[in-house]
Amino acid sequence: MQIKDLIIDDRDQGIFKVHRSALTSPELFALEQERVFDQCWLYLGHESEVSKPGEYRRREVAGRPVFFARGNDGQVRAFLNSCPHRGAMICRQDEGATESFQCFYHAWTFNNQGQLIGVPDEEGYGPDFDKSKLGLNPPPRVEGYRGFWFVSFNPQIEPLVEYLAGAREYLDLIADQSEVGMKITKGTNKYTMRANWKLLCENSMDGYHLQPTHQTYLDYISSLGSDVSGVDVRRPRAGVARALGNGHAVIESEARNGRPIAHWHPMYGEDAKEEIAQVRAELVDKYGEEWAFRMCDTSRNLLIYPNLVINDIMAITVRVFWPVAPDHMDVTAWNLGPGEESARQLSRRLDSFLTFLGPGGFATPDDVEALESCQRGFRAKELEWSDISRGMHRDPKNSDEQQMRAMWRQWHAHMMGLGHVNTVDQPGRDRQTLTPELIAGDDD
Amino acid sequence: MTSPTGNPAGAAFDASLRLEVEDFLYREAALLDEWRLDEWLTLFTEDTRYVVPTTDLPDGDPSENLVFIDDDIVRLRARVVRLNSRHAHREYPWSRTRRFISNVRITETDGDEVSVTGSSLVYRVRMRQTDPYVARFFYRLVRSGSGWKIRYRRAELDLEALDAHGAVSIIL
Repeated sequence: MQIKDLIIDDRDQGIFKVHRSALTSPELFALEQERVFDQCWLYLGHESEVSKPGEYRRREVAGRPVFFARGNDGQVRAFLNSCPHRGAMICRQDEGATESFQCFYHAWTFNNQGQLIGVPDEEGYGPDFDKSKLGLNPPPRVEGYRGFWFVSFNPQIEPLVEYLAGAREYLDLIADQSEVGMKITKGTNKYTMRANWKLLCENSMDGYHLQPTHQTYLDYISSLGSDVSGVDVRRPRAGVARALGNGHAVIESEARNGRPIAHWHPMYGEDAKEEIAQVRAELVDKYGEEWAFRMCDTSRNLLIYPNLVINDIMAITVRVFWPVAPDHMDVTAWNLGPGEESARQLSRRLDSFLTFLGPGGFATPDDVEALESCQRGFRAKELEWSDISRGMHRDPKNSDEQQMRAMWRQWHAHMMGLGHVNTVDQPGRDRQTLTPELIAGDDD
Repeated sequence: MTSPTGNPAGAAFDASLRLEVEDFLYREAALLDEWRLDEWLTLFTEDTRYVVPTTDLPDGDPSENLVFIDDDIVRLRARVVRLNSRHAHREYPWSRTRRFISNVRITETDGDEVSVTGSSLVYRVRMRQTDPYVARFFYRLVRSGSGWKIRYRRAELDLEALDAHGAVSIIL
């Protein structure tokens, strides 16, 4: 099958099908590394992880060993984690703080800004040996937006802020929740799924599966009582699905479970009600009712194409996932919250996180099972196509699939060697954000 | 006074206490391996806590760090309701589990309460896959009539990631 035939996208007839070889083929998997991961901006980490000079974090990005550090000059930098001398890994711990990095192999030493500051027996090198040209190497491009740092292995890529397109607004909705800067909490969820990485793109912003797959979560939250709206969390939530350009996409939903930033639920306790109302009032003062409404009373599941998910739901999780094989991905996920939160607020936020999220939560294990189940199901290769057409005939709701089609359309274009394409179902269907009027008028 | 690794300083090694505690842990393990979760729940105090930290931060504190699991009695009961239902999809049908518990030591005794540590290896078997969870465990047990109740239960995984496991869908 040719790559151009992997997706059937008939926007007038409302047909959207993905050939399942896109999720199983080793050849397409190899091509994906070149045409998707080597071309895009890729998430590296959050500035709060290296808040002090000398702090560093080690990562793997698109198969490359990298690390990022805040130098003594206060700048955040990313480096390829390989000695310019002979290749050994310079940074050998996942995290820490240091003035300098010394390669253990031949003891070349670099300061925390990447400059080569020490070479044993330097006299052994000729007159052209120039230490100033032998510092640690950054990936071709490194840029940040409001605390979120990305790298790209494509030197020609557009600036990060352009690449983010409509997703910027959603990073703003998160970053604006803090005066002093959002902060990643210590403690990392690292787990794998024996499933194709694009299934997690779909799943992370799939409103349609919430009721059937996560019934036990909804029952648990419902048993604790209902939020300020008084509507049972198990009833469908109003919401929209948007294509944000360049493959990025989001679903926005009315909040019915708690949101630690400022949407009370009985699980937070009566004594938290006033504090949460206060935070909401402050956000209204600062940003106006419309923006504060979106921050506090709506949830969003955001994909930054290709493989970063930021779900601002009952807590904020930052989740990045790397393909290992067509049927295998590594997932890393963190908790993100306002840096100024009190101990009590942070504790409440973490508790809220654990109700749903993470490998030990009441929902994520069932998503792992669902995705692995799909991957096993694909072995029935006579069944060639998956259907992702939901909501193509209407202004897409949060239980529809325009957000997944957006991801797939961009992926398909990249796989054909093309650049950015129009990812929206129909003109105008990417514009609507969630408003109180839309929630009131939702007939579900 | 206790040392973190030894028996209470100056206290004689109490073999009968350790046997008693070990017996309790073995019976608890059997309840879990047999999926008798409602009976298992009766082993906990009302003020209990069940914690599983993340793999990168084994000494994580749930009030300020992200952990995998931090259950009070309400969430622990909800977890059992979930696992007993047909809708905890990762565990329906239930996996087979087999727990090995060893290196049990009493690290502190304080009135009716004892602190216990040891090693555990829990095999989870499902869908032709065997995933071992290797951990150090901590308990605080409080004497209740002729038996014990669990006031604190914690499993610190030695794994660097949930590399094959995908989740912590069973009780560790």
